[in-house]
Amino acid sequence: MTDIFEILKGRKGESDHLKKGIIVQGMTGAYGSLHTRNMVSYGTNVVAGVTPGKGGQSFEGIPVYDTIKEAVEATGSNISAVFVPAKFFKGAAIDALEAGIKLLVAIPEHVPVRDTMEVLELARQKGAIVIGPNTPGVIIPEIIKIGIMPPTPFKAGNVAVISKSGTLLYEISDALSSAGFGQCITIGVGGDPINGTRLVDAFEMVRDLPGLEGLVVVGEIGGDAEEMLAQRIMDLGFSKPAVAYIAGRAAPKEKRMGHAGAIVMGTYGSAESKVGMFNKANIPVAKRPAEVPVLLAGKMGKSV
Amino acid sequence: MRLLEFQAKELFREYGIRVPPSRASDSLEAGRRDAEILGYPFVIKFQAPVGGRGKAGGIQRCSNSDEFEVRYPQVLNMTIKGERARAILLEKMADIRKELYLSLFLNRSKRCYTIIASAEGGVEIESVKNQIIREVGLGDVSLETAAEVAGQMRLEGEAAEDLADMLVRLSKLAVEKEVELAEINPLAILQDGTLAALDGKVITDDNANFRHPELAKYREESEIEEKAEKSGFSLVELDGNIAVVGNGAGLVMSTLDMLADSGGKPACFLDVGGGATTESVYEALSLISRMSSVTGILVNLYGGIVKTTTVASAFLKAYDDNTIDLPVYARLKGAESDKARVMLADSKTKMFNSVEDAISAAVTESGR
Repeated sequence: MTDIFEILKGRKGESDHLKKGIIVQGMTGAYGSLHTRNMVSYGTNVVAGVTPGKGGQSFEGIPVYDTIKEAVEATGSNISAVFVPAKFFKGAAIDALEAGIKLLVAIPEHVPVRDTMEVLELARQKGAIVIGPNTPGVIIPEIIKIGIMPPTPFKAGNVAVISKSGTLLYEISDALSSAGFGQCITIGVGGDPINGTRLVDAFEMVRDLPGLEGLVVVGEIGGDAEEMLAQRIMDLGFSKPAVAYIAGRAAPKEKRMGHAGAIVMGTYGSAESKVGMFNKANIPVAKRPAEVPVLLAGKMGKSV
Repeated sequence: MRLLEFQAKELFREYGIRVPPSRASDSLEAGRRDAEILGYPFVIKFQAPVGGRGKAGGIQRCSNSDEFEVRYPQVLNMTIKGERARAILLEKMADIRKELYLSLFLNRSKRCYTIIASAEGGVEIESVKNQIIREVGLGDVSLETAAEVAGQMRLEGEAAEDLADMLVRLSKLAVEKEVELAEINPLAILQDGTLAALDGKVITDDNANFRHPELAKYREESEIEEKAEKSGFSLVELDGNIAVVGNGAGLVMSTLDMLADSGGKPACFLDVGGGATTESVYEALSLISRMSSVTGILVNLYGGIVKTTTVASAFLKAYDDNTIDLPVYARLKGAESDKARVMLADSKTKMFNSVEDAISAAVTESGR
């Protein structure tokens, strides 16, 4: 598998180590421009933007290109953050993958599932990672932020957080940071039914990270990504401290709770099923977000 | 969007999937006309987005007009699992030899479409035995694959050919209408050896609605839900009395869970979206003011970038112009919370440091 840390941090000794360049597709839109500014002020090295028809202009001193192909050729970057409206996601993502992008962070919500599946098929052929759609993005605290997350909840450290939800990712990372558990990476996999990076894939990306001290999984009702992850953790005998939180215990069945993927059909996708599997994998499940650092400390034999 | 049985069957007919003769209505007068056209006997079927209608008495046989006059209004006025009838389907009874199961669904963990078929249908999918499961990529099923599935189901002759043909048609429907699920259960082998879809469940991808104006007639939204959607909110109406508002689906679900753990009853799930602005919070409050059952509003916002004072001014505006007159229990995480607290000091909004404290006050003061 492609190493996400190598993509995000680069290699030691190379000139772009810890300042890898990223391209923003849809940079001049309201959403894209706001978050380009926020990413730049966090320290992310945004090297180019793409907006068809605005090639040759610049935004905050960053050159804008008509196509991602030109942006890739001019900058050599292989990371793209996509901020285009959902309807245009498929086209933008296909262009990016064809241009050689190896990490595509797909921010838009409301992308049709069929479009996502077609993009993922191409990503598979190209050996690229897609995070999202409907993701807040990915952050290596104090090094690189690609996405829409506010900076304040995150502190550098040795816990990995993987989450289906955006605001719960902020909430729980905030609680972890306050309790002294900084993060080595946090990945929002997104709230859609089909994710480019599933919880289990995100786990595979982080599990062998040197220095990893703990894992926090933020799940929610819908699908069986949590069950799949718990099974994988059991199969591997992964023994680092891990804690989970599952949102949606009180949600009614067969109602979509905000996220396209957050729906219980019969017993498929229920919170009971997910909590049951985590318990089986000896992973405690917090009842409230604030309980996550307490349980993690317990697993580590520390006190908060 | 989850289609009702009669709507799913409309799509089945459009795609050449055989269904028994039937007609849908929503009043006794219209039902009488349908009964005349269809001819007795037939079954009266309750139409709502719920399963288990048969057990609940929502499917009744009807063999003459005397029975019709009693049973049609009875089924029309039923409530099953909290859902009222959206329509009534009158359907000719089929002469069934055997019940099968057939569906094509979006397999989330495998990230592809998957066929489930079984020669033992007529029960809910969880109880369907001897399932034949086959992954089919983006949903296109060739006649060859479909024939293999029929063979695995041990169907022979006309039934096997019919099944293969039906599966190909179901696949076409699934791909063209962008479904999450297209299910025929039961799929009946009739006495004459041919197949017919006796029930249908179709769920389409809401995010693809913009490509399907032809499905717009099937959308069912309350006035409040429609307004919420226009504002870019997600709203699910529930049957309790404390409205739950927040930003981000996960955070609002989490708040709902904690409220329920404390014995509170949520009146709604309202997600104003990942960001939060004065306008969005004001709009959320004005939506809630239209819900008669609400006695208190629980707000849980993780500000991130937004300032809590910005949100506080939305509350003040809503009180000032009499949009709301309800107590608000708010936990606002973000910058300037001390200032926000001062702003709200003389209002009906109380600010709390933790969501747990806000919930506890909401439950105690606004009732269970």
